[in-house]
Amino acid sequence: MNAPIRELTYAQAIQEALATAMEADERVFLMGEDIGVYGGAFQVTGDLVHRFGEDRVMDTPISELGAAGIAVGAALAGSRPILEFQFSDFAALAMEQIVNQAAKMRFMLGGKVSVPLVMRLPSGSGTGAAAQHSQSLEAWLAHVPGLKVVQPSTPHDAKGLLLAAIDDPDPVMVFEHKLLYKMKGEVPEEAYRIPIGKAVVRRKGRHVTIVATSIMVHRALEAAEVLAGEGIEAEVIDLRTLRPLDTATIIESVKKTTRLACVYEGVKTLGIGAEISALIAESEAFDYLDAPILRLGGVDSPIPYNPTLEKAAVPQTSGIIEQVRNLVKGRI
Amino acid sequence: MPIEVILPKVDMDMATGKIAKWHVKEGDAVKKGGLLFEIETDKAAMEIDAPSDGIIRNITAFEGAIVPVGQAVALIYQDGESASAPVAAQPLPPVKPITPAPRPDAEQPAVLPAAAASGRFPATPLARRLAKQAGITLENIAGSGPRGRIAAIDVQGALAKPAAPQRVEPGSFEVIPLDGMRRTIAQRLTLSKQTVPHFYLTVNCDLTRLSEIREILNAQAPRDAQKLPVWKLSINDFIIKAMASALKQVPDANVTWADEGIHRHHSCDVGVAVAVEGGLFTPVVRAAETKSLSQVSKEMKDLATRARARKLLPAEYQGGTTTISNLGMYGIEQFTAIINPPHATILAVGAAMERFVPVNGLPVLRTQMTCTLSCDHRAVDGALGAQLLAAFRTFIEEPALMLA
Amino acid sequence: MAKPVAMMKGDAAGNQRPFYAQFSPEQLKEALRRMCLIRRFEEGAEEAYMRGLIHGTMHLSIGQEASAVGATMALRKTDYITSTHRGHGHCIGKGADPKLMFAEFFGKEEGYCRGRGGSMHIADVESGNLGANGIVAGGIPIAVGAALAIKKQKRDDVALCFFGDGATNEGAFHEALNMASIWKLPVIFVCENNKYGMSVSTERSMAVANVADRASAYNMPGIIADGNRIEDVAEAVLTAIARARQGQGPSLVECKTYRTRGHSRSDRNRYRTKEEIEEWKLRDPIGHFEAELVANGVATADEIAAIFAAADAEIAAGLIFAQNGTDPSPNEVTRDVYTPGIPA
Repeated sequence: MNAPIRELTYAQAIQEALATAMEADERVFLMGEDIGVYGGAFQVTGDLVHRFGEDRVMDTPISELGAAGIAVGAALAGSRPILEFQFSDFAALAMEQIVNQAAKMRFMLGGKVSVPLVMRLPSGSGTGAAAQHSQSLEAWLAHVPGLKVVQPSTPHDAKGLLLAAIDDPDPVMVFEHKLLYKMKGEVPEEAYRIPIGKAVVRRKGRHVTIVATSIMVHRALEAAEVLAGEGIEAEVIDLRTLRPLDTATIIESVKKTTRLACVYEGVKTLGIGAEISALIAESEAFDYLDAPILRLGGVDSPIPYNPTLEKAAVPQTSGIIEQVRNLVKGRI
Repeated sequence: MPIEVILPKVDMDMATGKIAKWHVKEGDAVKKGGLLFEIETDKAAMEIDAPSDGIIRNITAFEGAIVPVGQAVALIYQDGESASAPVAAQPLPPVKPITPAPRPDAEQPAVLPAAAASGRFPATPLARRLAKQAGITLENIAGSGPRGRIAAIDVQGALAKPAAPQRVEPGSFEVIPLDGMRRTIAQRLTLSKQTVPHFYLTVNCDLTRLSEIREILNAQAPRDAQKLPVWKLSINDFIIKAMASALKQVPDANVTWADEGIHRHHSCDVGVAVAVEGGLFTPVVRAAETKSLSQVSKEMKDLATRARARKLLPAEYQGGTTTISNLGMYGIEQFTAIINPPHATILAVGAAMERFVPVNGLPVLRTQMTCTLSCDHRAVDGALGAQLLAAFRTFIEEPALMLA
Repeated sequence: MAKPVAMMKGDAAGNQRPFYAQFSPEQLKEALRRMCLIRRFEEGAEEAYMRGLIHGTMHLSIGQEASAVGATMALRKTDYITSTHRGHGHCIGKGADPKLMFAEFFGKEEGYCRGRGGSMHIADVESGNLGANGIVAGGIPIAVGAALAIKKQKRDDVALCFFGDGATNEGAFHEALNMASIWKLPVIFVCENNKYGMSVSTERSMAVANVADRASAYNMPGIIADGNRIEDVAEAVLTAIARARQGQGPSLVECKTYRTRGHSRSDRNRYRTKEEIEEWKLRDPIGHFEAELVANGVATADEIAAIFAAADAEIAAGLIFAQNGTDPSPNEVTRDVYTPGIPA
């Protein structure tokens, strides 16, 4: 059968995916700041430079825009680059190349080219890194046609989604949550791919659907466990991919439970929850809704430094429990 | 400086507390650690003790008041301190609108009529669809959600009880099939009314002493491990005990009718009518004359609870030598009850009412309770019935006699 | 700081330039043909636009034909170029078919970008043209990326990057040149300095006098060429190409040139004088090259006339081809956003 199951951290799972891809395909190479001998700011690339050499694990100067453009050019000319942003916040510097070039090249050129690049973005709050190093900007990029955006929530998914992203002929943005890097989980040794654009039901339930992303999947599952003790069975869906969105899985679940809560770290206003809410309201699931759609997202403020405020700025398990309970009990 | 008595936070997530009962009043001397008041919480009532010795004054929140956590509700003055105008407390945080913290258990949903004048009914999409599928309008469905929103559960409720018709047709009705209890009541009481020669005796019982004693007994009730009082006697408990004591004193009235002969019972088994949904049960407190008030009380509470849940065993509601029916809680002043055969008596108890009675030629306000004894003349003659009722009255008006 | 190397302004008479030895007469006549094609193409596009046949706007490169052709004439099909919003000339220089370019401008399915890109995104991927770019300096890091891929694939191709003077003030320019240099990538940076960003002159916007002055900051050669003389441009670029193919890294070539038309069709030309425009018209690159070819005995006047006539005919036919093209269907508005076969 398959190779034995063992536990890796989320960061190790990503490293394994990178190594696997580089071993299998000589076109694949890595670019990023401090990913060589330093091993990456979050120690994801680790010792890859010793295994594959500086040509394939390239330290760039601090030039996010230039590096992103180089990734685009290299992808157009037959390479398969994987660019690491040290913090997802720095993607703002590279937005020109990501949004105006990578996302649009194929379309503007009438489908005659593809841009098979991957950009990896350590994302999210909780480390006290404050406003400019803690954002969750996946909704920004999911808003851009031409890009694909994924958010793995477990080590298993981190490896599988990254391998799928590397294989994908179109540009894929992989948002990794910083607090998950040390999370341990079962990761098969062999190479496997998790299809981009497919969500997964992490927990079945019949009273309410909770759609969550990234670290919020874990908080939603904790909340579901507590709520189960009160007789409230929550179905938790891990979106995994933001663009393209697996609308079918969400619709099917909401038709069954009649209630929907979206839990995500990005700012609530105009975030992924807003899209899911509207999507459900437009879909056949509308006639099955027995309660308003609840969104639990980040507050409308930059991420604060103070740890209490930092926690208060994004959904926590206790808040999820309370709000979902209110939703199910018809108080909202 | 007087010491503030605040409403303390006792539960997590508690924002306000409701004062259930004060145990002291304005001007009382209090000791540090002594009980001042109780607050009502999700769990048991919480007793709040005095933070110091002194005289308690300036009580600003009374029973039933809902007070924000941390707010002062009274002041304790030391000897020599004058009670000036209520001391300006340190600035409190602005009182939030009183909304008790949401409780994990289901509360009674606020059932509001959903209609607005414009004829729009807030309803969830699912509710609308279910209503449409069932062919009913949302008009007469009460919504349990916020702002009167109709949810699926409300539609399902409306479909389950086809009760309220949209418009009452003159002369229209619905047929409610008879269940076992209804049949039994119909059969037995018709038989009773048709075959038992009833006569009725009425007395007014003064409740002054009973009230005093009841209060003393309840106030001094010992506490159990959860700090709850071991007993909480009701007037009805006294009535049961008094009736049993009266029957013991007038044993010829403790009888039931049978064709072969009157059965004179050795113990006074008092049945107590308990209203349940759709009918009533009459659980029996056996040998009530041998039981203390607290025992009667405890037993009655249990029987009544299980009667309402329809969980009584037949042995618990069959037999008995008399019945007590108390409609006082509905404000009924006086009524006559129908005897439960084969009993020879039934006591109908009315509400406790304040009346002016002549005492030494002057009108005095007394609290009285009018009781009417129905007797089966085949087993209990007028004088016997009167004796029984008089004994009952005596025990009610002087409960201490039940100790002898 | 090394001074940029200025090229000799060639004489019409006297010593033959290396240019005439580096390229065969056929290649030289082909170069003229392409310059004519560009000129006629731009004029044709301009007229079609003025008649309301073309949607959007256009950025014409009339007057810059020498830099476009001079830079591309030495490239192979497998070499890459990236271009600017003013990229029609580069496109033709790299071998594009004008009728397919017109079809693109008319938004037809037969266009190079199937009507999805328009003038500013015109590309011919099969010929190595990775596209015009609507973002100033957008193509510069992309060209460096293509050069990186070339080096990784151990090819001896090059990437040639066109950009204007304004682009050299963008951060992307500096980041890209820096990385091209530290990694010694085979890229040639060709700046067409036409003295103006949109309306703001280089004197007012650039801290240094010449774009080529910036090359030393990134440790690469910076060469100034007369952008209106094809031989200047071609010789400079050839040197840079040779350097790149030999693995010695990038170079920057600055072509001093001028656009006689406004920045785009909506330009009112308020920022320059009529005199300036007229002065530069006298230095017309095509006129100069025609004269040079005759003087060097490469082509006769008749041959040149024939080249012009053929260019006219090709442009005319191209316009008709484009106008008769297929309009895309609104049902296919989201086609080619993603690669098919992958869920999207």
